[in-house]
Amino acid sequence: MGNVLAICEYSGAALRSSALSNLSFARAAATAHGGEVIIALIGAGANAASGHAAKYAGKVIVVEDGALEHYLAESYAPIIARLAKDNGASIVTATATSLGKDVMPRVAALLDAGMASDISKLEGSNKFVRPILAGNAYSTVEISTPVICVTVRQSEFEPAGEAGGTGTVSTAPAGEINLFGASFVRAETQKSDRPDLGDAKVVVAGGRGMKNGENFKVLEQLADLLGAAMGASRAATDAGMVPADWQVGQTGKIVAPNLYFAVAISGAIQHLAGMKGSKTIVAINKNKDEPIFQVADYGVVMEWEKAIPELISEIKKVKASR
Amino acid sequence: MKILVPVKRVPDPTQKTKIKDNAIDLTGASWIVNTFDEYAVETALRLLENGESNTRTGGEVVTVTLGPDDAAKELRTTLAMGADRAIHVVTDDKDIDSLAVVKVLQAIIEAEKPDLVLMGKQAVDGDANQVGQMLAGKLGWPQATFAATIEKVADGFVVGREVDGGVEYKKVPSPAIVTVDLRIVAGHSVKNGVTPATFAYQGEGARLPSLKGIMAAKKKPLDSKKIADFGVGAPAIREVGVTLPPARAAGQIVADIPTLVAKLANDAKAI
Repeated sequence: MGNVLAICEYSGAALRSSALSNLSFARAAATAHGGEVIIALIGAGANAASGHAAKYAGKVIVVEDGALEHYLAESYAPIIARLAKDNGASIVTATATSLGKDVMPRVAALLDAGMASDISKLEGSNKFVRPILAGNAYSTVEISTPVICVTVRQSEFEPAGEAGGTGTVSTAPAGEINLFGASFVRAETQKSDRPDLGDAKVVVAGGRGMKNGENFKVLEQLADLLGAAMGASRAATDAGMVPADWQVGQTGKIVAPNLYFAVAISGAIQHLAGMKGSKTIVAINKNKDEPIFQVADYGVVMEWEKAIPELISEIKKVKASR
Repeated sequence: MKILVPVKRVPDPTQKTKIKDNAIDLTGASWIVNTFDEYAVETALRLLENGESNTRTGGEVVTVTLGPDDAAKELRTTLAMGADRAIHVVTDDKDIDSLAVVKVLQAIIEAEKPDLVLMGKQAVDGDANQVGQMLAGKLGWPQATFAATIEKVADGFVVGREVDGGVEYKKVPSPAIVTVDLRIVAGHSVKNGVTPATFAYQGEGARLPSLKGIMAAKKKPLDSKKIADFGVGAPAIREVGVTLPPARAAGQIVADIPTLVAKLANDAKAI
């Protein structure tokens, strides 16, 4: 029994929305463990987000150091492990983003902690529910180590609201950093004005049937009309039609938006695992026998070439009539 | 260069998931090498060979698994693909958790002293995505997870990692732990300075064992060890129940786009 150390990602002066899902779990875990939530902000510009973070928890610890300009598991993991020890944490948690998934098992190794990855639910103080087998089953695991590391599936936890007070902000040193010879080389990121795939309310996804990247432009028009994020099946990203980080599926992003458009996607198990938690699913495919129609709330058997322009025009009409 | 590849056998993911006695029912299941681990074996072979001339000079690929007696079959598959020898730590799956797997692999790595450990980023049954990073933490080694590309350079490896928002390139010295993602098996993903840069591997996924490979695999060394020799304690992580997700209510096929938009606006209130 102890405190909950929540590793929160931020962008500029604000916590990322993915971090708010982590805090929602952290609060439930703190109640179950009879402790408090402590937010950890780590990085070269971490202090900028401390004011925002203080609205969500009673304690915020900032570890800011020029040597942490680029995230590396080798530098972050020992810092997180030390914060956990110094602050009596029995749960250390992060959202299952690429950073959380990369660093948290390394933290667990340093703390001799058992770990529950990508959880969907807390059941009591040391029992966690998590999807397995590409989301085809949910496993409940019980962990008996004194400290437990957790990553939280963003789409399964509502973003936390503000706590209704202002927490205290303190700083902790990064300490001696040993990178074990690892170094950041460069990042190739795509800048986009669209919402993040992980927390978009609407997702428009295309599959192999889109044939090439150029054809995704019409889906992007639909996405921009709806304020949606773009997604894709593995077949489309593997074929190089669109960036790999658009991939929705067991091995890509797991999403659960209000509305999900699956266009020219057959519906392989792999893909369904990433989107079947969506509230309303629309499938548009010319082949009526594709498995995607078995999970869709609404299916239209039609070629995308004809369906999407018509869909855009009909949605514009509905929007104009309001 | 010696490359160690931990692999796990998993139930064939195309089988329907069934539950019996509060656990996944694996009666009569067919088993395969975890897809990501298979890709790791493929990556190891590509790092050591000249892909264009299909020849290899030197280097060694050692595969390791923890699992019941039957798991020797999946190890033979890796040998048939081209791995040189294999280590089988015989255990019952229910007696081990990820902490035990890490402890056993750590001991084997410390004994084998490979230049690189390559493994899948996750097993497609448990979907945990833990063991590579935990091993790196325990060994005090650098890690590069979710590799979409890997390039051998003079003093280590440059790995292109799949991250949220794009690809991040990270350099790690040898020895290191690298976990692989799907795109590692694309045509140009592995660069070893031997295979000509113009050469692209064809086909999807890992190589299939050739008949010659299957015959050769029967004679390759497969070392069997007992889990008891590794001092693994009782599991600290126990599965206490399994449920199937609720089925989605049956959907409807609508006749045309105006009908769809009307339903989205009025029934689902989604737009």
